[in-house]
Amino acid sequence: MIGEIDPVIINLTVFVLAVFVGYHVVWNVTPALHTPLMSVTNAISGIILVGAMLAAGPAETDWGIWLGAVAVILASINVFGGFLVSQRMLEMFKKKDKKGNA
Amino acid sequence: MSANVVALAYLVASVFFILSLKGLSSPESARRGNFFGMVGMAIAIGTTLTLTQNWALILGCIAIGGVIGAIVAQRVQMTAMPELVAFMHSLVGLAAVFIAITAVNNPVSFGLPAVLPKGSKLELFLGTFIGAMTWSGSVIAFLKLSGRMSGTPIVFTGQHLFNLLLAIAMIGFGLWFFFDETTNWTAFAVMTGIAFVLGFLIIIPIGGADMPVVISMLNSYSGWAAAGIGFSLGNPMLIIAGSLVGSSGAILSYIMCKAMNRPFLSVILGGFGSDGGVVAATADGAQKNHRSGSAEDAAFLMGNADSVIIVPGYGLAVARAQHAVKELAEKLHKKGVNVRFAIHPVAGRMPGHMNVLLAEAEIPYEQVLEMEEINSDFSNTDVVLVLGANDVVNPAANVPGSPIYGMPILDAHKARTVMVVKRSMAAGYAGLDNDLFYMDKTMMIFGDAKKMVENMVKAL
Repeated sequence: MIGEIDPVIINLTVFVLAVFVGYHVVWNVTPALHTPLMSVTNAISGIILVGAMLAAGPAETDWGIWLGAVAVILASINVFGGFLVSQRMLEMFKKKDKKGNA
Repeated sequence: MSANVVALAYLVASVFFILSLKGLSSPESARRGNFFGMVGMAIAIGTTLTLTQNWALILGCIAIGGVIGAIVAQRVQMTAMPELVAFMHSLVGLAAVFIAITAVNNPVSFGLPAVLPKGSKLELFLGTFIGAMTWSGSVIAFLKLSGRMSGTPIVFTGQHLFNLLLAIAMIGFGLWFFFDETTNWTAFAVMTGIAFVLGFLIIIPIGGADMPVVISMLNSYSGWAAAGIGFSLGNPMLIIAGSLVGSSGAILSYIMCKAMNRPFLSVILGGFGSDGGVVAATADGAQKNHRSGSAEDAAFLMGNADSVIIVPGYGLAVARAQHAVKELAEKLHKKGVNVRFAIHPVAGRMPGHMNVLLAEAEIPYEQVLEMEEINSDFSNTDVVLVLGANDVVNPAANVPGSPIYGMPILDAHKARTVMVVKRSMAAGYAGLDNDLFYMDKTMMIFGDAKKMVENMVKAL
């Protein structure tokens, strides 16, 4: 049966289920960490890097790969910037933790 | 790698992303969560690399972007987090547009048929216009948040009608692109152009203080843009990660709207509020008196109190007073005063902004409480110190008929003594006078938040 299904329907299924998972997971995020949540999701939306890599990927020299290459740079800024700034912020929440125990 | 192995690797990466968000449920597990996110991303990138041929180009570009991202992440001030986040949203939007253009130009390289089928065209249309609007909207949000552009709403007559007509025109060109048998670049380009303009126009009427909603909304858009591109390319990795981000941003927008008691639609339609600075006119024209005092008076009162609650607002971020506040809290703590912080959900310019600023100043997070946790304690608190906050402590929210009626507030007015550090008697962004400032038990301390807090520390 699965072979007869249009891939778009399968993608739609994945999409709807992922939205539900996201919905339930994010409601559990503590309000104190909403800013880091935003920077982490920012980094995750850098997943667009996967699309950008595919755009820059083909061997033929077409102007398209250059546009793809620019997209790779933009998306990488997001991925690295997002995760690193989240790490920096979350370290701050840790320092206090140590102090609290001391 | 076979397509099946790729799909499985993407599944593993998706699970890591979900665990990453799950980790943020508490400060203890948050760092591990962030690490899971990095692992997921590494798996996704590594897997995708096997599908491409220009490794040197791709890895070179990742290195360039990575270095820029690392430098930005290292240097950004915590007070500037909202701008940084807006800036990063804009990058996702622009990248989505570039990828869509590449896909229209050369569908075969993405494994799509040479002549794009209607389904792919529809998905490309969605991915492109959401991406374009994310980009231009985020650019405006960035300019407003960083003060390069005034936070005052820009409104003109017929604005909503104009936006509506543009949206209809954009969909019209999208349909033309959709129904044309060949690849119609004109339709695609005009549609993308209109989407860019629309992104600008939608954000300019939204006032500076509604930014927590805007930034959450753009966060959501950037996720949907990634998911849209995922549909176009038939890539489940993009769909899953994009949806997680999209729903996260949507929830944050909802929480922010609820905390301001404003319907989402009215925030988006804009025209409400400015950066403040308008001197409030008293409704009945009667002269109301307030009591003002010095930082030294405040220090004396707090030093002799049993319990103090500090309510920080955007004014604290502007004055970069978080470190001074920490010193104040420590000094009071040493004197045996129970010091706690009360955070309103919309304090600051983005969700959770105050928590990060206080964390940066190394204030233990056990002392930092959310509105629901602390609101019942105000009535048996000796002193409340309001630092650069206004509307979130305005008791008018409890008066039916007031423009902010129904907005959840911190019950600062229930404390025995209230002290408010503020630059002037100017109204908050809701443009409302605040009765709290005129209460007999309230003392106003006029001046820059940082300077005043430093003076209090000296006096203690």
